[in-house]
Amino acid sequence: MKIALVGNPNTGKSSLFNHLTGLNQKVGNFPGVTMDKKMGTCRLPDGRVVSVIDLPGCYSLYPKTQDEAVVFQVLSDRRNESHPDLIVFIADVTNLKRNLLLYSQVADLGIPIILALNMNDLAEKERIVVNADKLSERLGVQVVKISARQRENISGLKEAIVQAPAFAVHKSSYTIPERSRNLVDAISQDFEHHSEYASLLMAHQYPSARHLSKEKTAELDRLIADEKFESQDQQIEETLWRYSYIDEIIRDCVEVAPKVEEPSITDRIDDVLTHKVWGFAIFFVVLLFIFQAIFSWAEYPMALIEGFFGWLDEVGRAYLPAGALTDLLLNGILAGLGGVLIFIPQIAILFAFIAVLEDTGYMARITFLMDKMMRKVGLSGKSVVPMIGGLACAVPSIMAARNIESWKDRIITIMVTPLISCAARLPVYILLISLVVPDDKVFGFFDLRGITLLGLYILGTVGAVVVAWVMKKLIKGRERSYFIMELPVYRSPRWKNIFLIMYDKVKTFIFEVGKIIVAISIVLWVSASYGPSGRMDRIEQKYSSEAFTSQYSGDQLERMRASEELENSYVGILGKAIEPAIRPLGFDWKIGIALITSVAAREVFVGTMATIYSVESVDDDDSNIREVMAASVNPATGEKVYTTATAFSLMVFYAFAMQCISTIAVVKRETNGWKWPAIQFGYMTAMAYLASLVVYQLLR
Amino acid sequence: MKLSDLKPGETGIIKEFTDLALSVKLMEMGCLPGELVRLERIAPLGDPIAIKVSGYQLSLRKEEASNIILIS
Repeated sequence: MKIALVGNPNTGKSSLFNHLTGLNQKVGNFPGVTMDKKMGTCRLPDGRVVSVIDLPGCYSLYPKTQDEAVVFQVLSDRRNESHPDLIVFIADVTNLKRNLLLYSQVADLGIPIILALNMNDLAEKERIVVNADKLSERLGVQVVKISARQRENISGLKEAIVQAPAFAVHKSSYTIPERSRNLVDAISQDFEHHSEYASLLMAHQYPSARHLSKEKTAELDRLIADEKFESQDQQIEETLWRYSYIDEIIRDCVEVAPKVEEPSITDRIDDVLTHKVWGFAIFFVVLLFIFQAIFSWAEYPMALIEGFFGWLDEVGRAYLPAGALTDLLLNGILAGLGGVLIFIPQIAILFAFIAVLEDTGYMARITFLMDKMMRKVGLSGKSVVPMIGGLACAVPSIMAARNIESWKDRIITIMVTPLISCAARLPVYILLISLVVPDDKVFGFFDLRGITLLGLYILGTVGAVVVAWVMKKLIKGRERSYFIMELPVYRSPRWKNIFLIMYDKVKTFIFEVGKIIVAISIVLWVSASYGPSGRMDRIEQKYSSEAFTSQYSGDQLERMRASEELENSYVGILGKAIEPAIRPLGFDWKIGIALITSVAAREVFVGTMATIYSVESVDDDDSNIREVMAASVNPATGEKVYTTATAFSLMVFYAFAMQCISTIAVVKRETNGWKWPAIQFGYMTAMAYLASLVVYQLLR
Repeated sequence: MKLSDLKPGETGIIKEFTDLALSVKLMEMGCLPGELVRLERIAPLGDPIAIKVSGYQLSLRKEEASNIILIS
């Protein structure tokens, strides 16, 4: 048996889901939309194990966004893999009228349903008394009072689920208007719906229903034109009818003690948190705190993970037989895997914070505070958190953009977040700045190098804002964008819920994004380690001749050989091939090679430079590589390679370029295809190229 | 008078809507003709606004609120 949980947002639906399923849950995707599909299993008192699916919270079956449309699709289409045998509808007692609107629509679909009344602490405070027996009699379904937060009467709800099939299905409340009769009959015949209401909804929404074939859509087009069906008028009429029906029921079944009007705790907190000074000050501190956490708290676990993979690598080298297979295992697969797992701490920490912000109700206030400012550049108030997260790492931040309801706002946020300078750019910036910017002070106390670094961060942020503004003009919204949003009452966070969110996000990342990252890293590694056999054979010969090797020490030989091998690998050949294209930016083929290898991750630039210039290990200190780079000259002209112009051009290139396969992989997963990552890679590379060109030509 | 004309703390009763498509969404969120609304607060930058309607706080943009006509 399949059970679906349905209800408005902020009604305790996810708490109830967690109580019913415990840790037996997994997250998937609804086909076609990036909406988490939470499923789990629950053991009933009679020993049966049923599957439970948590449908996204929504306010009505007339969806306003694509994600909301999922609820209608699952509930109306019998062949949908998630179509339930029983619905548990959870309604918040403090806002019963609005909750019952969705209930009455869902119930009319003709699927067996149980109404769970979530009696929260507020209902008690406001002295709302619901006569559940009477309500059950009026609606013709089982009504169970629960408290999702305090975990009260979950067993009662489970009993009701056991009893459910014995109960008759709620009889339809809404009568199909006479003028739509023919249309509804025609659709019902076609679709074998459970109910006439499902057919009526289909008439309203078929243009956006994804599960319809082209022929069916055309057929509906024809039917609708024949019957002169006016969707909007009928929706208004129906909504008003339902509210008057609900009013009558509420009058009979609910008693509300006369309220004393006094500012609630939520009002008093809002006075501070949305205050024109304190509101922004507190928000700024919260952002700073989150940034600090993903930047520095994550450092320790990340170092541990790195250390662990370093140890595995050493062990592998010591015990596995030397050869191509070991190389692939250690340098390809193990390194790729390490590159995936390294993200876990940042993802876990960022999502813990986001879950707390959502759970307490503060996220809605952030949106409220920031909406006007962010809307100007085509983003939403909710884009702020992902973009701040982008300062540490774009990967968890792009996953966090899922909280933005509007499709267009979310796509723009995903598109511009990688422009914000992330932590991985820091090693590149630091190396280049220390190479060409003198360690001087301006006005006595401003550090010139610090100012340059700050300038690069500002450059990235300004770039993000400008691109967002352009995309706002270019991208067409798929749906009308609304802001109309509930400001939920403040609550203390549910720690179990937060833990589950962290767990889900990390798991999703490892299994869905990880495989792409590992695959691309292996391809990159292979093309950086192998080259055309003729070239590699020559290197082999050179380094096996006694006369040559006797001139150098073993360490030196190894470094020189690694450098020559990289130069002659497929990546090296490609690096040389692109030299004419990057020459106008002030880059030579050595930088070209580093640009290609650092597509894996930006910080790889430093390591590749070290290999190319065959310098000693650069683990803790860049001074060796810096000296070698500073001394290198162009053999043709005798000029220095790393002039100020080249270094700044390179820094600007890294500020804008999409040099990160993990980001590409996560964008692919979050947008459900290769279209958006391709656009992103294209525009960022073009932007980096043009900006570097301008910088180099001006400074030269 | 429009909902967007209210000052913080002021109340009004919804009479009708000027935008059909928006009105369905507003009604689903509890803004019905005959319902009492109170303007709770205005965001520091002047937009959006937060109103109290059918027992909870709802935020919407001024432009959206200007579609709600109050009984004057």
